[in-house]
Amino acid sequence: MTTRSGRYDAIIIGGGHNGLVNAAYLARAGRKVVVLERRHLVGGAAVTEEIYPGFKFSVFSYVVSLLRPEIIRELDLPRHGLEILPLESTITPMFNGDYLGSWADHDQTRQELVRHSRRDAEAYDEYGKLMHHMAMAVKPILAMVPPDPTSMAPSDLRGMLKFGLNFRSLSRKHFHALYKLMTMSSGDFLDEWFETDVLKATKSASGIIGTFMGPRTPGSAYVLLHHYMGEIDGAFRAWGFAKGGTGAISESIASAARELGAEIRLNTTVSQIKSTGGRITGVVLESGDELASDVVVTSLDPKRTFLTLMEERDLPADFVQDIRRYKIRGSSGKVNCALSALPDFTCLPGIGPHHRGAISISPSMEYVERAYDDAKYGEFSRRPYMDIVFPSMIDPQMAPPGRHVMSVFVQYAPSNINGGWDATKREAFGDAVIDAIERVAPNIRGTILHRQVLTPQDIEDITGLTEGNIFQGELALHQLFFLRPAPGWAKFRGPLRGLYQCGAATHPGGGIMGAGGRLAAREILKDGIR
Amino acid sequence: MLRTTPFHERTAPLSLGQNWRRWAGYTVASSYELSHDREYFAIRNSAALLDVSPLYKYHVNGRDASRLLDRVVTRDVGKSKVGQVLYTPWCDAHGKVIDDGTIARLGEQSFRITSAEPNFRWLGDNARRLDVSIDDVSDRIASLALQGPNARSILEQAAEQDLTSVKYFRLTTASIRGTPVTITRTGYTGDLGYEIWMEAGVAIPVWDALIQCGTPYGIVPCGILALDVARIEAGLLLLDVDYVSTRHALIEAQKSSPLELSLDWTVSFDKPHFNGRAAIHAERARGAAWKFVGVEVDWVSLEELFTTLGLAPRLPTQAWRTSVPLYDGNGSAQVGYATSGCWSPILKRYLTLAHVEARYAKPGTPLTIEVTVEHRRKRALATVRSLPFFNPERKRA
Repeated sequence: MTTRSGRYDAIIIGGGHNGLVNAAYLARAGRKVVVLERRHLVGGAAVTEEIYPGFKFSVFSYVVSLLRPEIIRELDLPRHGLEILPLESTITPMFNGDYLGSWADHDQTRQELVRHSRRDAEAYDEYGKLMHHMAMAVKPILAMVPPDPTSMAPSDLRGMLKFGLNFRSLSRKHFHALYKLMTMSSGDFLDEWFETDVLKATKSASGIIGTFMGPRTPGSAYVLLHHYMGEIDGAFRAWGFAKGGTGAISESIASAARELGAEIRLNTTVSQIKSTGGRITGVVLESGDELASDVVVTSLDPKRTFLTLMEERDLPADFVQDIRRYKIRGSSGKVNCALSALPDFTCLPGIGPHHRGAISISPSMEYVERAYDDAKYGEFSRRPYMDIVFPSMIDPQMAPPGRHVMSVFVQYAPSNINGGWDATKREAFGDAVIDAIERVAPNIRGTILHRQVLTPQDIEDITGLTEGNIFQGELALHQLFFLRPAPGWAKFRGPLRGLYQCGAATHPGGGIMGAGGRLAAREILKDGIR
Repeated sequence: MLRTTPFHERTAPLSLGQNWRRWAGYTVASSYELSHDREYFAIRNSAALLDVSPLYKYHVNGRDASRLLDRVVTRDVGKSKVGQVLYTPWCDAHGKVIDDGTIARLGEQSFRITSAEPNFRWLGDNARRLDVSIDDVSDRIASLALQGPNARSILEQAAEQDLTSVKYFRLTTASIRGTPVTITRTGYTGDLGYEIWMEAGVAIPVWDALIQCGTPYGIVPCGILALDVARIEAGLLLLDVDYVSTRHALIEAQKSSPLELSLDWTVSFDKPHFNGRAAIHAERARGAAWKFVGVEVDWVSLEELFTTLGLAPRLPTQAWRTSVPLYDGNGSAQVGYATSGCWSPILKRYLTLAHVEARYAKPGTPLTIEVTVEHRRKRALATVRSLPFFNPERKRA
């Protein structure tokens, strides 16, 4: 190894899961690397914190599906403590006292659908099969560096060929479906399949998670697929819950990275990325210290990296323009509650298996679309779409015996709310969330021991993610693949020699996936700069 | 008509899919829920409660109790202390394994031995001229296994007793809701866990107490399907699946010695005599022909077999119990066979337990394994691994 003493072969900014994955792979290749994390713990948006004594919360990101199996395998994450527990069901309570359930057991789900629509019960399997084919077609793309279709470079041509061949296996019918998924709204796409309103509302909800789109916004259908690509033990669309919360995922990657020789510095804020003559030279820390390296990898979102940590004059003007235009658009908030008891849902009284899965507050298409309407005009949703889970029902260690934690993902909460976020708005937002839950679980208010309300502004303040978007930028077609985060800069490189990107703002996008971190490491090693 | 266990009154209403199986002439739950997933994760993450009453159990008492057991089994029972539990196989005169189980030393002259198959006659045959009584208490004694990281917290509350002093493979007596029980720190999951032994007549209150104390800790009644995955991860072999008892073997090749089952550690050559000693001693000198090992199926190679057909890999989330051929690294010669296998949800690996020719037994040895993909026999790469696959610190802590 030819490490010059005191120098790092690479500096990784940000100890989120992608930064950690990147560091682990670089260290595995013998590189001397350091991860610089601003907070007192690793994880970024995938952290577990005890915000109320005895109660542990996956503060931001709260479920896992997309984490690439090859990363789990190659970094041997189970040995470092990663355990993924199944999250098997989804229940959508309706305001008429009924509900729609989707259970782990196929027959049970089918019977449940028959209750709502015999036609939909039959369409459901076909829809599932189609989405399986779509996920199979997209899966290899998750592990490839996006080729630039405007480039004639041999590597790009090869990449485009590989990309094209990938779809060769799709039948005509499937190719058409894929095209529709890429262009339609989730609502319109689902209309082609189903007639049950609550079913479409619940399915379309997964097409809007983390985006500033409504179920009738064209392009939202792709996000359906993005959330379908997740894979657990070979099964697509499997959602899981990490034992110990999502922070345990980050901790397991950090442990693997450390074992491979990576250094992780907590409470270390980078204030500037330094370059000279188009080459990266290192970083300046808030403490004033400087760290030298020819390679700097940023896992931060591109606005934060290029517009706040770098001098505009060091970057190409058109690139800066593209980054300014990049749409981040934080649209969701989070409410975490410590509970003395589980809420009792009117539609399914008592404590039951539904408490071990997700509760989706998406009773109708209109409900979800109207939630979006509020946001479109710069307000949080008075009646928001919510995805609720009780992690303590899956992993009892998350709360003291007999007590529970509740995680509520809330949409919409626009980052650029009219007049900006403040304490009053935050509480009003938290109240709107509890009000909405109260409609379907009347005893909720009396069970709350502690409530943490996180607006996009709070998420930004705590994690540093611009506009509080945990996807680091909207998953819209114009910002995906070879356009993520900017045309010409989708191959994990930045416009300076030695500058790399590996966060959720790179291909293939958000979620606790780690693909960006892994692919970026591969590109860095290929370039051979150290 | 098959018999039901003393817990049936409680377990029967829990069985959502009426998914029962036979075990030693009893019906027990394969899984209570429609799938065994949650029961499996309870073993590894909270606590699972298993009805293991169908085990055969014998009380061996008397002045010569330890002498009898020392004649029969390979471990050194005489050296064991009161309150200790031993896992051990036992053999015929040719050093081939008849059965395996645990021996709990309840008193200086009082033992309880468990087994997978009936052994009353065998124990009796070996007791000639010894001052010992052998009671078959299989029906009289009910037993539960409470396994998983929260097992101790739950049991401490139910028994109102501190259990930290009960070390791995040790026992204590206790009282649960006024019912006297024996608690052994044993199990078939390779996790932190206990087995609770009681008179059949008082089984129900003990079950109720454990469920009640366990509910805040995520206790889940658990069937055999989940146990089967856990015991493969723990590398624990199963009679009639991973080896054939000499009692049932029709030909010599079906029999296994303790050395061939990689149970060398259980054979006390210090003892001057036990059934099969001479044969095993001679076998040790020349080296066992076979070894029982862990074999991991290589994911990338397995996935490729499916991807070329446009399929996602299909994984055995339920453990299989068939014999699957193993070949050497080039796939040119068969060198063994796997007898159990499953996808490990916690390790994210495809695990098998296998018999291989001794020279292929070293961990890291590359092998190939037969897999059936879309009706066709293919071969995937595989690697010999040391057992257990899964061995958390809490098991012994």
